[in-house]
Amino acid sequence: MHELSLTQSLVEIAVDHARREKAQAILSITMEIGSLSGAIPEAVEFAFDVCTRGTLAEGARLEIRRIPGRGRCLECGEETGMDFTTFTCPHCGSFALETFQGKEMRLVELEVD
Amino acid sequence: MCIECGCGITPHDHDHSHSTRTIQLEEDILAKNNRYAAANREHFQQNGAFVLNLVSSPGSGKTTLLERTLRDLTERLQFAVLEGDQQTSNDADRIAATGVPVRQINTGAGCHLDAHMIGHGIETFDLPATDILMIENVGNLVCPAPFDLGEDHKVVVLSVTEGEDKPLKYPQMFQAASLMLVNKIDLLPYLQFDLEQCKGFARQVNPGIEILELSCQTGEGMAAWYDWLQRSVENKRDAAI
Repeated sequence: MHELSLTQSLVEIAVDHARREKAQAILSITMEIGSLSGAIPEAVEFAFDVCTRGTLAEGARLEIRRIPGRGRCLECGEETGMDFTTFTCPHCGSFALETFQGKEMRLVELEVD
Repeated sequence: MCIECGCGITPHDHDHSHSTRTIQLEEDILAKNNRYAAANREHFQQNGAFVLNLVSSPGSGKTTLLERTLRDLTERLQFAVLEGDQQTSNDADRIAATGVPVRQINTGAGCHLDAHMIGHGIETFDLPATDILMIENVGNLVCPAPFDLGEDHKVVVLSVTEGEDKPLKYPQMFQAASLMLVNKIDLLPYLQFDLEQCKGFARQVNPGIEILELSCQTGEGMAAWYDWLQRSVENKRDAAI
């Protein structure tokens, strides 16, 4: 549900950049959503049409790159895949896991005309 | 799509030029919220106000917790309260009855408070005279989690009438919180709630989380919560000097 306001922010940022480039329309928006970001890609896609209506991004294509969660164990140094239920290092059992990938929620590319 | 003629749908000729180009960016979608949150945090810091963001599912007892806390500590600490709900001023009315300054923020269709709402919400408060600003977020264990408001800590309230596995079901919120208050412990004799298991689940998702057990009805455990507040206010003042 909070994806609605996140998508509004996404569209605002995209439109700001397009204006700065003196573009007449936004053709596509590419974003990254990490699996640990708390945002659901499907919900962003659902909100996208509503949020772009009447803006430079109306009719634009939305491409979402899904970024898997990755973490590193501070005890043994091994890397591991992370989701919301990964609490211990699968290699040594330590709780000292540091997430270094998967919290992303960002706009990475705009195609404008 | 070309806004002049709508081309891109069907190929055709026309006399205006097109220049399709790609712009590479690296912009965080939450950047705007985070900028507002940073401004709030700086403002709170300058005024020496300690700020808590209270989060929970609906009905865990956040407003009752506030009512009792404000009444019991009114001699010791100066409070201000921001109340977030989709509709009604019911909670703000309850807080106003304690004599503490309060503002209601109605989010309408919104499911969480954001940092911009907080910036406007505090405009009428006398922050330099405020020791603690309590922000009661919309009752929701999902959406408020990624939104920084500029608070010192998120405090998650979990009542024993809920399941003990809430921390496992909503890990993002319990990971974001510094303190978990287990509320309504006076009801434990009537329930099948495994308190130790619940605390274990919370520590599993967030090994650093502090946990206090209390009842806003009987007052059991409230003293430890008040000590936590008093200590936090003093720590913030010391850090500001």
